[in-house]
Amino acid sequence: MLFPFFWMISSSLKNSVEAFATPPTLIPKSPTFENYRNLFETLNLPRLFLNTILISITVVSLQLFTSALAGYAFARLYFRGKNFLFFIYLATMMIPFQVIIVPLFIEMRALGLIDSFLGLGLPMLSSAFGVFLMRQAMLAIPKELEEAALIDGANHFRLFFSVALPLALPSLAALGILSFMAVWNAYLWPLIIIFSPEKMTLPLALANLQGENLTDWPMVMAGTTLAILPIAFVYLLLQKQIAQSFLTAGIKG
Amino acid sequence: MSLKSGQSRTAAVFIAPSLIPLVLFLILPMLAAGVLSFTTWDLLSPPTWVGFENFKALLHDANFRNALQNTLIFIAGYLPLVYILGLSAALALDRKFKGSMALRAAFFLPVITSWVIVALLWKWILNPNGGVVNSALHLFGIQGPGWWTSKSWAMISVIVPSAWKDLGWVMLILLAGLQAIPPEYKEAAAIDGASKRQILLHITLPLLTPASFFVLVISLINNFQVFDQIWIMTSGGPEGSTSVIVEQIVKNSFAYGKMGYASAMSMSLFAIIMAVTVIQIRLQKKWVNYA
Repeated sequence: MLFPFFWMISSSLKNSVEAFATPPTLIPKSPTFENYRNLFETLNLPRLFLNTILISITVVSLQLFTSALAGYAFARLYFRGKNFLFFIYLATMMIPFQVIIVPLFIEMRALGLIDSFLGLGLPMLSSAFGVFLMRQAMLAIPKELEEAALIDGANHFRLFFSVALPLALPSLAALGILSFMAVWNAYLWPLIIIFSPEKMTLPLALANLQGENLTDWPMVMAGTTLAILPIAFVYLLLQKQIAQSFLTAGIKG
Repeated sequence: MSLKSGQSRTAAVFIAPSLIPLVLFLILPMLAAGVLSFTTWDLLSPPTWVGFENFKALLHDANFRNALQNTLIFIAGYLPLVYILGLSAALALDRKFKGSMALRAAFFLPVITSWVIVALLWKWILNPNGGVVNSALHLFGIQGPGWWTSKSWAMISVIVPSAWKDLGWVMLILLAGLQAIPPEYKEAAAIDGASKRQILLHITLPLLTPASFFVLVISLINNFQVFDQIWIMTSGGPEGSTSVIVEQIVKNSFAYGKMGYASAMSMSLFAIIMAVTVIQIRLQKKWVNYA
């Protein structure tokens, strides 16, 4: 199960002769950081990491915020057309992203947002699934708590920030973990919307490391090793929570 | 009841930040895809209305038919593989023993790894020259195949990494399903003299059907849209042997500039996914046991 990862790291530390050698060596005989040096010369890695981190954090925090707000309204407020609107949200969960890439691209082109972070992030700003999850969490808040706060003169915005959000924290964390991974790992949409090397995200730049005819595989493996490290590190820290969020959600990242 | 008055305005403020992007970047494009599928548009000249021409053309498009067929072949290979491996892992790791948590973690690591990394990693492992699989085969005097460069091996070369990546997710869902089975059922059967095999076949697996149903529905929805790993490993080649529906959508729209035609493909894909999901929900009564 872990062999592919082991082989990735091992290959990334081999020189170009040993990497292709038959019989293959499990552990590099003469380990070298040459591939990592080449990688840093080929890609602007700090920039790529920064892009990916900034986009992921911005998109995820906004997505959490919009989902929590709407989830609160659907769980705790009375307004006309609530059920119909919620049905619309549920229905949009059935739309596969792959189905809308063509018109979405055309729309971004019309808005002049091709090859921009804004064009990359906007479609991920709100999540029907997130709204659904947050609504479930906020439905569980006891009515008495809400009434007590309202009688004390708190309005719904105060109530949202001081009562609902803290109580929905576990669901918020689950949603945060899932959408962070979805944004961090995204490939298809960045592939379509981003062209400039300096605006690329990590997965996109890694995929572009493949040559037309010849691929420097040990260097590519150095790249994937570096890209996996932050994810693996976060996973080790939050193993239980991550597994739990996949269960809560029941969908794949 | 005074609490309820005037909540519409508050609700509007709460919902707008989520609803506006949803309408602009999901609902509107979805409707646009529907309209576009009845036009031809190269983005340069204005779109022209062609009625059902795109859909008629799809029926006779050998490339699209090939892509549809390959998508089904991909699923037919991927699904049993990922399910059997995921189920075996779940059954093996259902009880706690030394290292069981570490094993679960190992199975789950590929799930959180991006498709780009998984695809690149396996492309190197299955590299015809210098890849570890062929080098190992060489030790036994076997000349390994061309894997993703070979027309007959390319599909397998994308199925295996896909199953490897997702089996941890299947394991997780099935483990949750296994833990929901009351232990008394198995204990009672064991007292009545049932063998381990009988318990597995007549108690565990039937009671696991809700979790299996869930895996099936989600896997099918996801894998009719298979793209990333194929695009990176083979770009649909060689000679279209791994060409799939989304790959055809991307090529027709962004390489050939056929926006209307690609939208017709998208709508067809959507219809297929909806139909498959509805059929499964209808069929679940026949095999899923809700205790």
